[in-house]
Amino acid sequence: MGKATIIPFGPQHPVLPEPLHLDLVVEDEKVVEAIPQIGFVHRGLEKLVETRDYNQFIYVAERICGICAFGHSYGYAETVERLMGVEVPERAQYLRVIWHELSRVHSHILWLGLAADAFGYESLFMHCWRLRERVLDIFEKTTGGRVIFSVVKVGGVVRDIDAAQLAEIIRVLEGIKQDYKQIMDAFLKDSSVMNRTVGVGYLSFEDATNLSMVGPFARASNVPYDVRSLGIGAYGSLSDFEPIVDAQGDCYARMKVRALEVLQSIDIIEEMIARIPSGDIAVAVKGSPADGAEAACVVEQPRGECYYYARGNGSKNLERMRMRTPTSQNLAGMVKALEGCDLADVNMVILTIDPCISCTER
Amino acid sequence: MGAFKLGKMTISGLFKQPETVQYPVQTKTPPTGLKGHVTNDVTQCILCGICQKRCPCGAIEVSKPNRTWSINRFRCVQCGSCVRECPKSCLIMEPTYAPCSTAKHVDVFEVPEHHKSEDVIKTSE
Repeated sequence: MGKATIIPFGPQHPVLPEPLHLDLVVEDEKVVEAIPQIGFVHRGLEKLVETRDYNQFIYVAERICGICAFGHSYGYAETVERLMGVEVPERAQYLRVIWHELSRVHSHILWLGLAADAFGYESLFMHCWRLRERVLDIFEKTTGGRVIFSVVKVGGVVRDIDAAQLAEIIRVLEGIKQDYKQIMDAFLKDSSVMNRTVGVGYLSFEDATNLSMVGPFARASNVPYDVRSLGIGAYGSLSDFEPIVDAQGDCYARMKVRALEVLQSIDIIEEMIARIPSGDIAVAVKGSPADGAEAACVVEQPRGECYYYARGNGSKNLERMRMRTPTSQNLAGMVKALEGCDLADVNMVILTIDPCISCTER
Repeated sequence: MGAFKLGKMTISGLFKQPETVQYPVQTKTPPTGLKGHVTNDVTQCILCGICQKRCPCGAIEVSKPNRTWSINRFRCVQCGSCVRECPKSCLIMEPTYAPCSTAKHVDVFEVPEHHKSEDVIKTSE
């Protein structure tokens, strides 16, 4: 056994889309310990509830992260609606789920592209992002924005999707599905991909449950936990929902879970579009949250369960807004998965938990 | 298991139309409802100031004494709150992006006194 050396990794590193610093303690090119450090992109967004009213804060909430922008505005709105006892129209709930699942499709395809880029498969990366662009075009047509949508408000949504646009979404998604299956084949069956991912960064079921892992990271270690199966909002009307799990617990399993979740999300969107009821898309919300009122909500973001908490103080501004993001949970598992891996595989392990540091630090 | 799983897609891509456009020679038509930039039809504006109150980032300033409606486009996040809340529907979200700026400035719209003049005087300061 060689002498232990500490190698700094990040915060600026080609494989990291966001700043995360790791002190890697290595012995003979094997990582024996990884010490993470975050705090490079803290923006104090939770503090802003003191100066923005509960309607305005939704625009802050969706700027927490660029990939799950819709999910954060959805989770925040749902929490404030619970706080104020607002019943959201059914059509608005369906529309929220359609946009949220579209966000998951684009997030997972983006992640698959980044993973391909990380192991040096440039053309696969480009094909992934080409497909993702079609999802962004749907967003542009239905919400007016590509990344930040501003379509959710407390009490519903601000824009409807008409029947012609819904039919167009189905048509585009069918096109994506055809191309995506070929891309998925490359990810799951290509030897050059499997050589880099199979058996790398293993996390056992016990570790995943003990460390409270969430999202695709946990599901790849056979933890069947998905907030969507709780049936919150329009998810309750799904005919059938089973979380996608895999027992392998390595980088390949995490990639496989995400790859299959894209197809699952497309199926959810198609079912939602087929069953969407007509009616109002929003209700008027008057007044302020009561002093001392509390509400909490969980939403399955593309990276896993995100928990929201809000407390009112009788004014238009909330007393406290708190969110616990999936990456803050998953960092502990990432450190565990890094133990014992080769130095050259560190980037794959970090990438396969899909860290979102902007969400985590807010 | 096997190699070149992406070969079919890559080769067939050689015979397809490109998915990108040759910007700036070609441009895509912006979809209806694209959140480009906010403008004010000042002939309808009554300077009520609701847009200023609703704006989450303090980008809009309404001055009744000077009869001006101004917007700081560097602060505006195109959320559309002002457009939705405007009682006279004089605020419009144009589906084109504002042109690039070389200096920070505020767009000031002068609101005519009796809403008769069609002339819109737009200055920058």
